[in-house]
Amino acid sequence: MLDRTDIVYAYDGSFEGLMCCVFDSYEHKEIPSIIRPPSVQQTLFDTAKWIETDENKADRVFNSIPMKISYEAQELAKLGFLTCAPNKELLIFHFLRLGFKYGDKVMTMLTDDTVCSLQKAVRHLTSESHKFKGFVRFSVYGEVLVAVIEPKNYVLPLLSPHFCDRYHSERFMIYDKTHGMAIIYQSKKAELIYVEDLTLPDVDSVEVEYRRLWKQFYKTIAIEGRINSRCRTTFMPKRYWDQMTEFDKNNASTKW
Amino acid sequence: MFNIDIYNKLTILSDSAKYDVACTSSGVDRKGKFGSIGSAAKAGICHSFSADGRCISLLKVLLTNACVFDCKYCVNRVSNDSVRVAFTPQELAELTINFYRRNYIEGLFLSSGVIRSPNYTTEQMIKALELLRNGYHFGGYIHVKAIPGADGELITRLGLLADRMSINIELPSQESLTLLAPNKTKESILRPMGLISTKIQENCTDLVKYRHASKFVPAGQSTQLIVGATPDSDYKILTLTEGLYRKYRLKRVFFSAYVPVAENSLLPSMDTKPPLIREHRLYQADWLLRFYGFEAKELLDEQNPNFNLQVDPKCNWALNHLEKFPLEINKAPFEMLLRVPGIGVTSAQRILTARRSGPIDFSGLKKIGVVLKRAQYFVTCKGKIMEGLKINSEGAIRSLMADQYKLPSRYPEQLSLFNEPFITREDVHRCLTGQI
Repeated sequence: MLDRTDIVYAYDGSFEGLMCCVFDSYEHKEIPSIIRPPSVQQTLFDTAKWIETDENKADRVFNSIPMKISYEAQELAKLGFLTCAPNKELLIFHFLRLGFKYGDKVMTMLTDDTVCSLQKAVRHLTSESHKFKGFVRFSVYGEVLVAVIEPKNYVLPLLSPHFCDRYHSERFMIYDKTHGMAIIYQSKKAELIYVEDLTLPDVDSVEVEYRRLWKQFYKTIAIEGRINSRCRTTFMPKRYWDQMTEFDKNNASTKW
Repeated sequence: MFNIDIYNKLTILSDSAKYDVACTSSGVDRKGKFGSIGSAAKAGICHSFSADGRCISLLKVLLTNACVFDCKYCVNRVSNDSVRVAFTPQELAELTINFYRRNYIEGLFLSSGVIRSPNYTTEQMIKALELLRNGYHFGGYIHVKAIPGADGELITRLGLLADRMSINIELPSQESLTLLAPNKTKESILRPMGLISTKIQENCTDLVKYRHASKFVPAGQSTQLIVGATPDSDYKILTLTEGLYRKYRLKRVFFSAYVPVAENSLLPSMDTKPPLIREHRLYQADWLLRFYGFEAKELLDEQNPNFNLQVDPKCNWALNHLEKFPLEINKAPFEMLLRVPGIGVTSAQRILTARRSGPIDFSGLKKIGVVLKRAQYFVTCKGKIMEGLKINSEGAIRSLMADQYKLPSRYPEQLSLFNEPFITREDVHRCLTGQI
């Protein structure tokens, strides 16, 4: 196998595209040192190899994961792709190569750098997603609930089943400002769509009143003799506060 | 549409409910249903954290703060001169649903002062929850307090509407109860607790027999003990806790550092700071009982009835049992891994997993998530202690205690670790009592 360190793969940024990178690497017996999504600027003298996304190849790789490694490994690769790890492509790539070599044993290789880093990134994703199950704040606009979040990881696919189940008979939208995506749920169907920008109308007086009640409850429930802001920010870092009603200074604010 | 009152009622009724520490929404998984709103997640979900760092998961309020009881430690006692208000079932349901829709909360935590009698109060709570469950089709989490002294039949009805039920013991001994809560007896608390526990058991068998049997407090029951209002020792509190887990199969026992709310010769004075570190140590010990296979008597005894505030209970145990260490990471059984300071349940499980693919070294342990700063003194990897690990006996203890206090530095004394027992039990005791 050629082990040149200067091979750069460029792909279309989709999960299928990444699977094709794995395919091509086996086909051409080469290991890329960088796998680049379109969002990353290419450097000078960079002779990246464009990997074309081919559904057949992608399926072959993806479907072989549970057979050659395990279902858990397939899940880990899928989740890994949603993380904000800057080198997620290479992590998943190397993880799969390890898996194809060692089989399901790869899931127990927790002291391996690749496996460890990928699992860590996925834990970051799942824990952020768990936090958002609580920290998402909806505002009521007529019949529709709207929330805005600014997550680091792409958590919407993980949040979707939770909120669709909980608000079965509602219509709602969660807008992910970081990734420019939104989930829209109505008449029992959920859809993920691209949203560039979102301007919301003013909220009505009922909404303003419930915000006021919530803020008051939030303030009242704290016990003065136990104030501990470090503890609070450990559990709820300040980056979440921007979109949370209880920290909204302006009563009628609709700006995000 | 808004009664100006709601704002004030919410303020008063949440203010008097805040001393109840439990705010967890865990223990039950329930899917949403079409035509209703709400679901429940087994792990529980925190929706916010208040300025005191406590999780806010449920809308925690009293139905009313009027009370005929006169418990000395309680803000709602009848002898306290304060404004008394009550939610109507309608108001409470509207508030819950509207908070829930906006994802402010995971559900409702309903407690109440005792109006007229325990039975009457329970009936009012049933009315409120029935409206919420059946009128508003609320499928979210409900934690309800059982009122000590209420009839079994009413408690059963209440339990069928809730996910979790709790009765606060508050004071860990009959003497303290007699002194501070004259209207409550040990019996009036333990009887309904026993009833709930039996009902849960019966319900489990029913559910096996009839799939559609209604669920009786599916998330189990919990209780709360006040720490620091009475002279009861940690040992007493912890053995009581252990007994409650075993005998009444409680899901959780909560501890609440006593925050002075009343001037009374029987209670700590108003300027007493709540014993937060002590409360923290009790929670740590509680975790050791529930997840680490410890028994109360291993952590404390008649001679040492209180936790050391400087060292966490697990570390304290390890320092007192140095003969069991160092432990070989690649061979030790799960139960022993759990006893190493710096190794939690998750990292112990990961160690077992990782061992299947090959031996683990110290850098591997770090990647797994073990806190080496603590664990290094107690483990070996492939028969070796951590490279460069030199301790002076005082330094070792100090670094272990780093979470609370720094002891004044003295002249260093170099010692190599496992050539000789580096810290003897006496050393620890002398150190802990400040003699070093």
